[in-house]
Amino acid sequence: MQRRFFYLVPLAVFLVMAIYFAVGLTKDPKILPSALIDKPVPDFALPPIEGGPGKGFSSANLKGDGVTIVNVFASWCVPCRVEHPLIARLAELNVAKVYGLNYKDKPKDALRWLAELGDPYTAHGADTKGRVAIDFGVYGVPETFIIDNTGTIRYKHVGPMTADKLEREVLPIIKKLDKGNGQ
Amino acid sequence: MSRGVACILLVVAVTWLSPALAVNPDEVLSDPALEERARDISKGLRCLVCQNQSIDDSDADLAKDLRVLVRERLSAGDSNDAVIQFVVARYGDFVLLKPPFKPATLALWLGPVGIAGVGLLAVFFFFRRRRLEVSAGPHGAPTSAKPPEPLSDDEKRRMEDLLKDDKT
Repeated sequence: MQRRFFYLVPLAVFLVMAIYFAVGLTKDPKILPSALIDKPVPDFALPPIEGGPGKGFSSANLKGDGVTIVNVFASWCVPCRVEHPLIARLAELNVAKVYGLNYKDKPKDALRWLAELGDPYTAHGADTKGRVAIDFGVYGVPETFIIDNTGTIRYKHVGPMTADKLEREVLPIIKKLDKGNGQ
Repeated sequence: MSRGVACILLVVAVTWLSPALAVNPDEVLSDPALEERARDISKGLRCLVCQNQSIDDSDADLAKDLRVLVRERLSAGDSNDAVIQFVVARYGDFVLLKPPFKPATLALWLGPVGIAGVGLLAVFFFFRRRRLEVSAGPHGAPTSAKPPEPLSDDEKRRMEDLLKDDKT
């Protein structure tokens, strides 16, 4: 009897591994965990997009001003164009200030892009060398960060925002963080 | 020219070439010692866009930016470890092509050794049992069983009778 049980061990090992790998296969390997979740935003000061009406923004804007969003975008990035209406909708909801980090873009292109698609951002800054983005751990545009009142990064979405993600993750997280601040 | 010589020449020509590298001439540091260290570090850092290439091999824009960044930190006097920590702080352990040894990666590092150990133990017990079975007799009596009782006088007589029959 004991020995029969012993013969089941390989089967059990196989089943455990099969389940483990099956779950692993459903995950997108392109989406990496951010090393900066629950860490303070990096120190930075971004100049406005050259020749535009903006005023730029810095890490100071992301502290003590309620929940804020940083959206990394570029005119050369096609998925950014796709997600832009959703970023605009998020800004319209007025639950958090939305800042735009213009990643390695030509000022002219960026301004034309904003003129064409609309400018939902509270402020945007030009990261022409991509250094601030590296400090944020950005590896693919677009990326969207949620930052709490204390200037701590709480959430990051890689890739174009979807309506589903916005409704089911981004908005509830903003709500939760807002409550945590007692606002 | 014979075909053999042509073949040899082709092999030499192909292997003579150095691999095309992603590092652009304008990125290379003038100090060869620093450049050497930069290359060393770059080879261990993953390009997050292509994921299975190092930033030293990758042509991706981000890889280029990281290569330049590594060189800047080195020029500023950072140690190799400090430069690697700088990148890990932003991109996490995943950026290291060789995962670090720490509690979260114990299964990864020790798993193969553990599985091999279990296999060796299984082989050891398998052969030990077989040896005991062989020494216990051709019918493979279980080792835990009592040794067989000696034959009674009656049985001995019968056995001798049988053996006698065989000889005739």
